[in-house]
Amino acid sequence: MTILVYAESWDGKFKKSSFEAVDYAAKLAKQMGAETTALTISAKEDVSQLGKYGAQSVRTINNQALETFNNQSYADAIIAVANKINADTVIISNTSNGKAIAPLIAAKRKAALITNVIELPESVSPFTIVRKTFSSKAIARYQTLSDKKVISITANSFEYNEREQLATSEAFDYVPEDAVQKLTSISINKATGKIGLTEADLVVSAGRGLKGPENWTMVEELAEVLGAATACSKPVSDIGWRPHSEHVGQTGIAINPQLYIAIGISGAIQHLAGVNASKNIVVINTDPDAPFFKAADYGIVGDAFEVLPKLISAIKSYKAVI
Amino acid sequence: MKILVCISHVPDTTSKIVFKNDLTEFDASGVTFVMNPYDEFGLTKAMHIKESLGGTITVANVGLAVTESTLRKALAIGADDAVRINAEPTDASYVAGLLAEYAGTQNFDLIITGRESIDYNGGAVPGMIAAHLNIPFVNACIGFDLNAEQATMIREIDGGKETLQGKLPLLIAGQKGLVEEKDLRIPAMRGIMMARKKPLTVLEASDREKHTNVLDYQLPEEKGACTLIDADDVEQLVQLLHSEAKVI
Ligand SMILES: Cc1cc2nc3c(=O)[nH]c(=O)nc-3n(C[C@H](O)[C@H](O)[C@H](O)COP(=O)(O)OP(=O)(O)OC[C@H]3O[C@@H](n4cnc5c(N)ncnc54)[C@H](O)[C@@H]3O)c2cc1C
Ligand SMILES: Nc1ncnc2c1ncn2[C@@H]1O[C@H](COP(=O)(O)O)[C@@H](O)[C@H]1O
Repeated sequence: MTILVYAESWDGKFKKSSFEAVDYAAKLAKQMGAETTALTISAKEDVSQLGKYGAQSVRTINNQALETFNNQSYADAIIAVANKINADTVIISNTSNGKAIAPLIAAKRKAALITNVIELPESVSPFTIVRKTFSSKAIARYQTLSDKKVISITANSFEYNEREQLATSEAFDYVPEDAVQKLTSISINKATGKIGLTEADLVVSAGRGLKGPENWTMVEELAEVLGAATACSKPVSDIGWRPHSEHVGQTGIAINPQLYIAIGISGAIQHLAGVNASKNIVVINTDPDAPFFKAADYGIVGDAFEVLPKLISAIKSYKAVI
Repeated sequence: MKILVCISHVPDTTSKIVFKNDLTEFDASGVTFVMNPYDEFGLTKAMHIKESLGGTITVANVGLAVTESTLRKALAIGADDAVRINAEPTDASYVAGLLAEYAGTQNFDLIITGRESIDYNGGAVPGMIAAHLNIPFVNACIGFDLNAEQATMIREIDGGKETLQGKLPLLIAGQKGLVEEKDLRIPAMRGIMMARKKPLTVLEASDREKHTNVLDYQLPEEKGACTLIDADDVEQLVQLLHSEAKVI
């Protein structure tokens, strides 16, 4: 038995979420008594390194037509490999691209799709696994009713281990079909040099309490000294103080970093829905009754305009010592 | 233009999430159900397209009779007709199969869904419908423009955006950005009156396979008490983040 894990790459480089997915696949394979094969499409890095995260072998697809991501042809390619190596289980990370291919693979293979997975299965026969649901306000235990399955893993929910092992690699000849009508990618606009929000370990977020966009300099500085990504509450992106891509919450991006620092955010239920899976929450707010304190691990009742400069310099001096 | 908007009927964002029957079932008592917020963006987008190019908007839902209030609201906002496929929407592949089966008989030019339902957060149904119908699928769509048969779409990607082009028919799974929040349509009195006369067809669900089954639910562990730190002693926070939380 073999488990196939798609190790996504961006501009040819693997994402951290891909290592998490490979490690998840390897641990699942152990539970199922199976082997782990990773698949890379247009990866430009050394693929044998996926062995470190538990892949025994890697199939690589390199084809001019798959240089840029296309959800239909990528899904078809993954299906072709899964069929070839007889993999019932396909593991994908739920990045923006992963979300665009997982349901295609599931429907075409008549497989069960389980998204937002945060743990290894409770049992592999019958296959029972928990996933986040109701905007992280609940956890649901699912059973799959078909042998074929696609499991989509929430980024940042697993700590991956590194092993002293390299994977063997083998090219997989795959030529995408032209029959179906496809989309053409015209351009990609990516904020470069910034830390991606969904994958970030540390996130600094601010809300309407910051009063105006000009005050984000200190939020960005705090993020920079920590090596964190920046986020914001919905009204802040609605008014245009920050880009929509930073809006976290029930109707924005859902995140689960190691650390979430919320500054001048009240902690409305819809905001919490997108961030309550964070492992550690720090709240800085002038109002001791702000609902966010109930969801926080650490809190400072205080004015962001006074606390942030102090916090930035305290972290700077801490970083200078280590 | 023949447009289909798929609409799910979900608990309001402020609902308290509680389960009953040994935690096997969501407790809907006292919960207000609304149109899935992502689908509201899709429906308003469909209205904009219809207003500029002409055409019809059908809204569809897989659900029991309780969801008709949401379909009526969609009719009041401006959809031309509604279809309810009578089944409990317990499994994404089942729901997608039913919607694709219906859509397959209707030759829609454009299918619009939301990016995910805010209750089960599957993010599964849209892509599955597209796969069944063998049409392109754009997830997290934040822009859609039509010029003759050529559609230009923008999708949100991790930390950025991608612009795509393709020909109809296709399926987009939308969210805020497809239209702006201030432009969202709400039912007006006239719309509500007119909605009463618009057709709401109930179709019986065909027998289809399900691939998943929910056994039960758990609520996440309660957070312990929050450690309060004096605003003048931020060094203590840094210390705790290092030694206790081990995040820096
Ligand atoms: C259907 C629906 C979906 C929604 N989805 C989302 C979502 O996805 N994400 C989201 O964030 N919201 C969402 N909302 C909005 C949500 O209900 C809240 O309105 C929003 O989160 C409030 O944002 P805020 O905390 O930045 O602003 P406010 O509620 O205005 O809070 C500002 C906070 O800053 C504090 N403050 C003021 N001055 C200072 C200072 N100098 N220093 C420190 N603190 C200060 C105040 O005490 C207050 O707690 C949604 C709402 C609805 C109805
Ligand atoms: N029962 C349903 N009836 C109609 N449309 C649905 C249903 N469930 C999901 N959808 C559509 O699929 C989108 C994503 O839902 P989901 O895959 O459940 O997260 C929703 O925003 C709807 O547009």
